[in-house]
Amino acid sequence: DAEIDLKKIINSALIVPIELEMGLPADIISTVEFNHTGELLATGDKGGRVVIFQREQESKNQVHRRGEYNVYSTFQSHEPEFDYLKSLEIEEKINKIRWLPQQNAAYFLLSTNDKTVKLWKVSERDKRPEGYNLKDEEGRLRDPATITTLRVPVLRPMDLMVEATPRRVFANAHTYHINSISVNSDYETYMSADDLRINLWNFEITNQSFNIVDIKPANMEELTEVITAAEFHPHHCNTFVYSSSKGTIRLCDMRASALCDRHTKFFEEPEDPSNRSFFSEIISSISDVKFSHSGRYIMTRDYLTVKVWDLNMENRPIETYQVHDYLRSKLCSLYENDCIFDKFECVWNGSDSVIMTGSYNNFFRMFDRNTKRDVTLEASRENSKPRAILKPRKVCVGGKRRKDEISVDSLDFSKKILHTAWHPSENIIAVAATNNLYIFQDKVN
Amino acid sequence: MLPPPFPDWLWMLSKGLKRKREEEEEKEPLAVDAWWLDPGHAAVAQAPQAVASSSLFDLSVLKLHHSLQQSEPDLRHLVLVVNTLRRIQASMAPAAALPPVPSPPAAPSVADNLLASSDAALSASMASLLEDLSHIEGLSQAPQPLADEGPPGRSIGGAAPSLGALDLLGPATGCLLDDGLEGLFEDIDTSMYDNELWAPASEGLKPVPEDGPGKEEAPELDEAELDYLMDVLVGTQALERPPGPGR
Repeated sequence: DAEIDLKKIINSALIVPIELEMGLPADIISTVEFNHTGELLATGDKGGRVVIFQREQESKNQVHRRGEYNVYSTFQSHEPEFDYLKSLEIEEKINKIRWLPQQNAAYFLLSTNDKTVKLWKVSERDKRPEGYNLKDEEGRLRDPATITTLRVPVLRPMDLMVEATPRRVFANAHTYHINSISVNSDYETYMSADDLRINLWNFEITNQSFNIVDIKPANMEELTEVITAAEFHPHHCNTFVYSSSKGTIRLCDMRASALCDRHTKFFEEPEDPSNRSFFSEIISSISDVKFSHSGRYIMTRDYLTVKVWDLNMENRPIETYQVHDYLRSKLCSLYENDCIFDKFECVWNGSDSVIMTGSYNNFFRMFDRNTKRDVTLEASRENSKPRAILKPRKVCVGGKRRKDEISVDSLDFSKKILHTAWHPSENIIAVAATNNLYIFQDKVN
Repeated sequence: MLPPPFPDWLWMLSKGLKRKREEEEEKEPLAVDAWWLDPGHAAVAQAPQAVASSSLFDLSVLKLHHSLQQSEPDLRHLVLVVNTLRRIQASMAPAAALPPVPSPPAAPSVADNLLASSDAALSASMASLLEDLSHIEGLSQAPQPLADEGPPGRSIGGAAPSLGALDLLGPATGCLLDDGLEGLFEDIDTSMYDNELWAPASEGLKPVPEDGPGKEEAPELDEAELDYLMDVLVGTQALERPPGPGR
């Protein structure tokens, strides 16, 4: 694939933001994910709904305008539940969606809330059987005496209908809140991770799962660390990683033992003594971990940075990118208003040359790993007209503020971009800004 | 030196109770006493840092309290706040000047408050809350506190986890230990245990005196019956982990 030049996206690009309200009242988007071909884009929201967008076929007449994404299917994945034992309501919010690779005409995805994972089948129906012998047009049974001929129903075309059906429900395996799910490269198993445990499932078996990681201390008073994210290696079905609230990543090999309590590799960067503060641990807590498509690197997101690690080097990351370092002097306020606990995700582009993550004020950032250039863009209705090129933004830290810059103190911390997605092979990105979804793509010249 | 078991430490802080050294002063409900602002105190000599630390400390305690009041606290948030609180406290305390935790003699008044408190949210320190989670999950450690339990109100650290387990079994069993083991059987018909089906169970116990089939026999049989009843109540016959001392 050609190396992706950031400049192309910003300067020569035709940006097409597609904003969609997620229903009335608009729900906060909680997860965004392209499928393996990029044909479909799924979003999950706080109300337990999944909305799937499909890219329309490219028209030969409009070569300069690539396919847009339109709503393909909407369904209610999870409902609020009540746990009678603990007297608690279980939120229906969709924490994660992960697609399975397509193996037949239907699409399959996993969606999860805090406690239950579900496998959904999304399939099309464009034919309907007609001409039943025993029933009349309205479905009423005919008097058998009036039936004189034998007729076999035939399939006739109908308006396309997309239906989503739950095929499996994987429940009652997590005491704590599920933060991650990851489909294995064997396409037969997947894992679900909560604060203290990771379970391995077979897609066909819903009443049983294997516990492969358990960091719960025998005495809960000794709890000091939780699991924050987990993911399978893209090619090696025995390997996975999980991150912690202490800023560490553990790589485990399931062949080593049934319970992967001992890691094969342990990734941790030594603390920078000059940056030490009361909040060091909180800002080191990893909110997302993603393997590169190649499987050679992992990327982690903590509060202020994105780090790229080489699997062969455990003692420090090979690259560190500052997302919004101007917040370092504001940590106390951010602790006070709980923003310091926000969990940002991060994504790779298809060729692993550019990484993207969100920030505040509806800003999101891209870093080109090769040229070391970075850009800040904004997902906002007011500041971007349809088909207008996105303008780079800049935050000014102190002193004189230039014309188009925004000062740190003017940032809106309620507008946070936590979830983004990058098309597997093209320069199309999906950015969730609270209850709006933006899709940006670069122009084909 | 072991770190303080933080139910004691956190519970006292979140209720705004004094540390042991400030016992004689007046108690202010729900206000965290800022002994570290006492000008005579060594730590306060570094005034600006101490003031900043103390307000952060207050803030962290409030966050912790608020988090514990949630019906299902966010574990990550809770752990991060607690760890931050530890850091702040460690920086405010000069190396060996402070006892890490109020020792048990200070506990009885607090323990009484704890045990007397009927507010479910207030009465769950982090450890008991997390113990609840682990008890509910496995339902297999419930018998353990009975083995470990001492006199009620011994110390918060001991009482809190047990409270969680006992709450699970129902309020009536809260009286289990007050009345002693015999109290359990006052209104239970134990005639079913007199048949020969139960002979194997009692074989493992101390030999029963031949001429004391009544009351004297009862104490030995009570243990086996108790274990059996516990298993029935909890709904499982097998324990994941054998109950052990302490840890």
